[in-house]
Amino acid sequence: MPVFLWTDKLIWVLVAVGAVYFWYARRHEHLLLPWRRVTHSAAGMVSLVVLIGYGAVGLLDSIHFRPRIESKDPSAPVAYSVEVLSLFDLLVLPLKVRTERTYSAPLATRAYVKETIELPDGKVVREFPRLRYAGAHLKGEAERTQDIFFTTVRGVALGFIAWWAVVSLATAWIATRRDRTFGAMWTAIRRGETEIPWLAVYLTVLALVLIGLPVGLLAGEYHVFGTDQVGQDVLYQALKSIRTALVIGTITTLVMMPFAVLLGTAAGYFKGWIDDVVQYVYTTINSIPSVLLIAAAVLMVKVYIDTHPELFPTAAQRADLRLLFLCLILGLTTWTGLARLLRGEALKLRELEYIQAAQAFGVRHARVITRHIVPNVMHIVLIALVMDFSALVLAEAVLSYVGVGVDPSMNSFGTMINGARLEMAREPMVWWTLAAAFIFMFLLVLAANLFADAVRDAFDPRVAVGGRPVAAAKDAA
Amino acid sequence: MGAYILRRLLYAIPILIGVNLFTFALFFVVNTPDDMARLALGIKRVTPEAIEKWKAERGYDKPLLYNDTAEGLDKLSDTIFFAKSAKLFVFDFGPADDKRDIAHEIKTRMWPSLALAIPVFAIGLAVNITFALLVAFFRATYIDFWGVVLCVAMMSISSLFYIIGGQYLISSLWNLVPISGYQAGVDAAKFVVLPVAVGVVSGIGSGTRWYRTIFLEEVGKDYVRTARAKGLAEATVMYRHVLKNALIPILTGAVVVIPALFMGSLVMESFFGIPGLGSYTIDAIQSQDFAVVRSMVFLGSFLYIVGLLLTDISYTLVDPRVRFE
Repeated sequence: MPVFLWTDKLIWVLVAVGAVYFWYARRHEHLLLPWRRVTHSAAGMVSLVVLIGYGAVGLLDSIHFRPRIESKDPSAPVAYSVEVLSLFDLLVLPLKVRTERTYSAPLATRAYVKETIELPDGKVVREFPRLRYAGAHLKGEAERTQDIFFTTVRGVALGFIAWWAVVSLATAWIATRRDRTFGAMWTAIRRGETEIPWLAVYLTVLALVLIGLPVGLLAGEYHVFGTDQVGQDVLYQALKSIRTALVIGTITTLVMMPFAVLLGTAAGYFKGWIDDVVQYVYTTINSIPSVLLIAAAVLMVKVYIDTHPELFPTAAQRADLRLLFLCLILGLTTWTGLARLLRGEALKLRELEYIQAAQAFGVRHARVITRHIVPNVMHIVLIALVMDFSALVLAEAVLSYVGVGVDPSMNSFGTMINGARLEMAREPMVWWTLAAAFIFMFLLVLAANLFADAVRDAFDPRVAVGGRPVAAAKDAA
Repeated sequence: MGAYILRRLLYAIPILIGVNLFTFALFFVVNTPDDMARLALGIKRVTPEAIEKWKAERGYDKPLLYNDTAEGLDKLSDTIFFAKSAKLFVFDFGPADDKRDIAHEIKTRMWPSLALAIPVFAIGLAVNITFALLVAFFRATYIDFWGVVLCVAMMSISSLFYIIGGQYLISSLWNLVPISGYQAGVDAAKFVVLPVAVGVVSGIGSGTRWYRTIFLEEVGKDYVRTARAKGLAEATVMYRHVLKNALIPILTGAVVVIPALFMGSLVMESFFGIPGLGSYTIDAIQSQDFAVVRSMVFLGSFLYIVGLLLTDISYTLVDPRVRFE
């Protein structure tokens, strides 16, 4: 039975909006030009490749369903499990279901905690018990290092082959589009002579597959990032956290954008009392310390959810509503900045000749705003969208840590770090949860930051095509 | 200028009323005074009489916003909202829902907050400006390039990792300072060193990058070219001319956060167990103490508005070209 979570719907709406925009921009040279500039930046393209990888995981994780419970009696009514799974869960099912009893170190075959074990001959010993799943295929534990080594080598070899195939296909495709021979195109790419930095893209893909494939192969037999206190695979948690981070980073901006665009442009365009009211509203919201606002709002929702359990058939739907609400409230605290920027821009635009001309022709205000003002401030919206993303991902971690973020049952970087913090004080220390959260989060935020910089450089009218600031624009600023 | 300041302060009043209304609505949309009473009393002692008594003692037995039974102006004033909000405007915070005096709590808790926030602010500003100046001095070289790369990398690390890493390295591994806690007086230094260090380091990435762009904007201006044309050394140009002029946007940008320092840093305080205003607020939210939350939101908003005003004033002080309307 498919389950449509609120955030799923919004994510797919966002994907649809992106697709429509892409299709529309392809037909309009002036919209395409700044994106061309983004594709010419090496840092932008490298980070884009990484972000696409994260996005793929997040999207697969956004198709949810409830599996049917197999019943022996064929006449029984169809029942569905209360557990909500996603397509991504099916893909990595072994990671999800193979849970150990408690902590185990990365790639270990034995648990990290001593247990009392009764031997077949009746003797009782305290030792590190063998893990249920990790390395279960080995004949003896002595083979472990060897096995890991050969699996890694196999992964690297497979990675190279896969990379080679993908790169050849891509080069052939580019060559046909550019009307050049495969060999010439290949040489140009290898020498870095292409406009789009394909070499950097290829190398990023290589790095990703060379790390991803061995990890993927190893994850089939071991716990690559170990297991946590209840024995769940840490790699699985980190992968599941990606969706939460992406939802927070994108849906928040999506829900706040209409308000910011509408109120910001209206305030700048109409001036007068509308401007006063809008300014009053955003100064008021801005002056409330945002952490306080978020904390208060999230705790209120917690109370609401706790007192209305009948509204949520599954735990996932409950956690999802809280996530959605967190996005809404984060959006409420962040839209003011964008609205202020848009107001300033609209104030400037309304004095320009083409707006005056439209007004002189008797075009209605609503139409002037939607046809003439909004399209000319969209670059600001886009820059804000990508710049906010990394800040929001970081904010989620802090908020979940303080206890006012996502539902504790939901996988997120914040909840992972929250759980890992106490483990650092353990003796001996459990470091792998923190390490996994760090690596996955750092890569995501770094890629987002670099991509945001590339987008800003490409869309900011103050930066000329050559990358140098326009002198006149700079003096005006 | 006096008239301008007065006008700005008067303008703050509707904003503060709005803030109050907003907090109030947020708190009572899903939460009735009955719920608050139940939570405060605990599960065992909940009887209708006990709830009524709890509400009456704390003034929650009135209607929320509009009193139908009262006469004239009392229709608006004899409500929870009015009774709880009006006194805030003369900074009379009243007692918390657990009957402790909020003003007293604020007075005792502001010192730990300030002991943490002021060093983070001052040292952070100095460190960031130094690094930014260094990077700007070597602009368009490898030092600049890798400096920016390092900044972006540092920005991409969650502040949680700085805190956990700092606590682990300095407190657990090297046993230099206590891992968390606080003591008043001179001993405070030893508890504050680590949070301050963590706060400064975690801010270097974004701070340095931001100040670098300000410096670079300044370097491209005509007066800098004039200074170079006169034959001044690059170091003199940077320190005597660029630094001074770039300080205008930097300082005015920093002024706005000065009043907010008083509120403390919520996350840092709860991590390092410092009994400041930030952790006070978090505790209040968790125990749903509306009186404290409302007071802290009011205080925070007020300080924000003061910060905006100070920014405007500081513009005229450092840049004589700016005049008030």
